[in-house]
Amino acid sequence: MREVPLTEASVGDKIRLEIEGREYIGILMPHHRFSGDDTITLKLENGYNIGLKVAEGTMVKLLESDVDRVESTLDIPEVEEDKPNISIIGTGGTIASYVEYGTGAVHPAETAAEILYSNPEIAVRCDPKVDIILSKLSEDITPKDWVTIADAVLEELNSGAEGVVVAHGTDTMGYTAAALSFLLDQVPKPVVLVGSQRSSDRPSSDAHLNLLAAIDVAKSNTRGVYVVMHETIDDKRCAVHHGTKVRKMHTSRRDAFKSINREQAGWVEPLDNGLDLKGLPEKEEKVATRMGSIEPEVALVYVTPALTEEDLQYAGKKKGIVLVGTGLGHMRSELISTLKEIITDGTPVVMTSQCLYGTVNCYVYTNGRKLLEAGVIPCGDMLPETALVKLMWALTIIGQDVKETMITDAAGEISNRRME
Amino acid sequence: MMDYKELGLRVGLEVHQQLDTGKLFCKCPSELVEEEGNETIRSLRATASEMGELDPAAIIEAAKGHRFIYQQPESSSCLVELDEEPPGEPNEDAMDIALKMSLLMGSKVMDEIHFMRKIVVDGSNTTGFQRTALVAMDGTLEVDGKDIGIPTICLEEDAARNIDDHGDNKIYRLDRLGIPLVEIVTSPVIESPEEAREVAQTIGGLLRATRKVKRGLGTIREDVNISITKGSRVEIKGVQDLKMLPEYVKIEVERQVNLLDIREALISKSAAVDPDMVDVQQIFKGTESTIIKNNIKKDKGVYALKLKGFASLLRGEEGEPLLGPELAAYAKTTGIGGIFHSDELPAYGITEEEVQDISEFLSLDKNDAFILISEEEDKASAAADRVIERAEMALEGVPGETRNAQLDGSTVYLRPISGGARMYPETDVPPFRVDDELLKSTEEDLPETPKERLKRYAEEYDLNLQQSRQLFRKGYDLIFEEIVDNTGNPSVVANTFLQTFPELEKEGYDMNNIEDDKLKSLFKKFSDGGFAKEGILDIIKELVEGKSVEEAIDSAGIESVDALYVREAITKILDEREGFVNERGLSALGPIMGVVMKELRGKADGEMVSNILKEELAKRVSDG
Ligand SMILES: [Zn+2]
Repeated sequence: MREVPLTEASVGDKIRLEIEGREYIGILMPHHRFSGDDTITLKLENGYNIGLKVAEGTMVKLLESDVDRVESTLDIPEVEEDKPNISIIGTGGTIASYVEYGTGAVHPAETAAEILYSNPEIAVRCDPKVDIILSKLSEDITPKDWVTIADAVLEELNSGAEGVVVAHGTDTMGYTAAALSFLLDQVPKPVVLVGSQRSSDRPSSDAHLNLLAAIDVAKSNTRGVYVVMHETIDDKRCAVHHGTKVRKMHTSRRDAFKSINREQAGWVEPLDNGLDLKGLPEKEEKVATRMGSIEPEVALVYVTPALTEEDLQYAGKKKGIVLVGTGLGHMRSELISTLKEIITDGTPVVMTSQCLYGTVNCYVYTNGRKLLEAGVIPCGDMLPETALVKLMWALTIIGQDVKETMITDAAGEISNRRME
Repeated sequence: MMDYKELGLRVGLEVHQQLDTGKLFCKCPSELVEEEGNETIRSLRATASEMGELDPAAIIEAAKGHRFIYQQPESSSCLVELDEEPPGEPNEDAMDIALKMSLLMGSKVMDEIHFMRKIVVDGSNTTGFQRTALVAMDGTLEVDGKDIGIPTICLEEDAARNIDDHGDNKIYRLDRLGIPLVEIVTSPVIESPEEAREVAQTIGGLLRATRKVKRGLGTIREDVNISITKGSRVEIKGVQDLKMLPEYVKIEVERQVNLLDIREALISKSAAVDPDMVDVQQIFKGTESTIIKNNIKKDKGVYALKLKGFASLLRGEEGEPLLGPELAAYAKTTGIGGIFHSDELPAYGITEEEVQDISEFLSLDKNDAFILISEEEDKASAAADRVIERAEMALEGVPGETRNAQLDGSTVYLRPISGGARMYPETDVPPFRVDDELLKSTEEDLPETPKERLKRYAEEYDLNLQQSRQLFRKGYDLIFEEIVDNTGNPSVVANTFLQTFPELEKEGYDMNNIEDDKLKSLFKKFSDGGFAKEGILDIIKELVEGKSVEEAIDSAGIESVDALYVREAITKILDEREGFVNERGLSALGPIMGVVMKELRGKADGEMVSNILKEELAKRVSDG
């Protein structure tokens, strides 16, 4: 048994140390992010972790090294023959992951085998192909990544996949869904974004139901870009949302994603084999194609009573501005002249509403009419985030007027009728 | 009478006490409510890595069966209990109590307290795990001069309340989920059933000393680990009634001793278990047994297992724990209704002739026994496997098990005893740092220890040590103090708790039904001279039935001290004038009233005097 300075023991080692006459035996765990700098985390034999303050130069006995790295053999169910090919693209969300029991570290599933291991029901639904293209939390996703994801989806669609599932963190899943909706010009098959509000390492995770539901939609006779998540907080039904009309409306609930200004596209009950996708466009025998790209230099400005000329001028340095106006799409009248200057200088400015529900209408009040005269482009009932993505995309379409692109429906982002 | 020393009895306790603070990880009140609230349907999955080497097919099977329904009363649960919002930081009051308990027991408090997720997939936690943290280690508790080790003190969240098992769908209510629990574990050094109770009561007293714990049935729950030298460790879960604690220990020791006797008998008869399940359906072609007839109609079969040398050991003697029920309990874990064993047959419509036929068919001799299982083949086979497993254990002695406490002191097999719990870090809750400053301020704020309190009772209330200790052990110390500090009469109050209460409990009254406030107003009335101390027992009987103090005094027919005095005086006057009363009947009222008023004027209320006189006179006239 070797005695070494604590600093030489590594995570996973079973150690013994003495502090103030008391003996502690346990496995050295990774340092907890919110732990004190002078504190180590030890996993005791009874399973509990404790935090111990250790003095500099503390010596420990090394009882066993790397005890908890027992690789369990993955017992993977056989995929039944003639199941549809479904591609699952991972972007770094933890839709499928497993816990390393000893250290508590969560590992994202990176292969079909690992996803099948933790979700064996997939094997009776489809023949999955898994491709992890990004390893990012959704808050770290950039506009450039949208293009990468779009190209990966294209490749899968054009190489035999019946449908594509994109596993994505939930924070910015709505943005990516909108981006795929615009970038994919021809989408002959279903492209389904899915995430989870409770990480998949927990027994109560929503990831499993959502993933099965997403696969059911990806297998269906439809085409287009959709988001699939819990419809209510019950583990029963998942809602299918149109990719440009969906927004995360709650920080933590399972049913955070809601369709706004358009009825949801349908629903799936994966555990009860229920599915309703009536009225959605059917699959086509076509090659999937991409149109345009993404111009990242666009600002989204939330209009508040405190907004200043300087704020606008700063935003005006970008290649485009999305205003999230008050009410029907308004902003303080005294700022309109500044806005007009920006527009005259060639920067397109579009208007959406912070009400989210309902449509922008610039004819009702004088303020709106002035904004129109200044050249602001009203975006109807488009969600502000969708308008942001669309403007980023519209700026890359060569030979087409940005205003024309913005006010013409491209991927279901503008509805003419609203029911709520 | 068992010689527990000789048997090498070792008992350890895990005491779980609900705290009277807000919930551990949200701002909900820790209250159980009648409200049912909305319902949410959930399923839980044990991911493969948490369950170890689990067959994926089994995961699928588990996923199908497990749907849980959660009632979410708005008055006592929020998004946190529903697992729809991450937990907040641990409740400071709860943490304070856990720290105080740790210091009172001389435990070493951890420098940082880390919450863990303990995997529980029976639905009792919406998350699929219980949040629990090790607060302190290595404490001791002195009970009757003996040091009891307290290896761990934990702070954890209580589980949801099981309301109903609806076929495959268990129904839980979220009011109880998240109530803070302090868990105190003792070393397995307790050596007798009574000592187990003493230790539990002492821990309970210490917890109450913090004045922040819940009281009443279900607020303190114990798991009891019991072993004897030649037996095994058996964990009994969910003991709610401290008084019953010795009973659980006694019954478990008897069970283990009995199983050891059975083992001896089995070995002397060269007992053996035949692992092959035999189809015996043809024997029951024309059976009279309704159960088996119906089963065959439903395409279920009848199967037998041969237990060589097991005859007469399945049933055993009257009143003793038996092997038959043990085998049945294992079989039932596969979901079947039950089994038949040869020691209980003929019965259930199965005839002597059929029993003979089976014996012949299995070529059994008189020392052999058999088990019958009437089920579909795959279910029967799964159940048979468990019966065989348990029967083979009988040859070894006592299996290590986790058993569920029943109200009568008996227990029912739940599962094999588990090794370490599966735990991983609760990453949503930051570690709680206990620095020297916090330790110091907690130390300064420690409640009076039981020892100090006993001393004070002797000084302030003139109680003897025996009385004080009993008040404390039975958990009446705090309410006793409160009453006596308000209205005095320490010895009457102490006697009420220590004599009247046990007397009534023996008669079947549930003393938990009396709220503290009622006791307080009862003794207020008493000290104001509302009634004599002899009336207390009858009034309390009425209080248990849910009456208010006024109603109780009324229906117990208890009179105030004044009324007693008046009645006594009137009785005396009437006795002296017996002849006059007999002669005049009710019309004696007027003349006698004069005499009575002369005697009692100024000493009692005139109307009361008049009423009592009328009453007493009427009694005599009608008796006469
Ligand atoms: Zn709550």
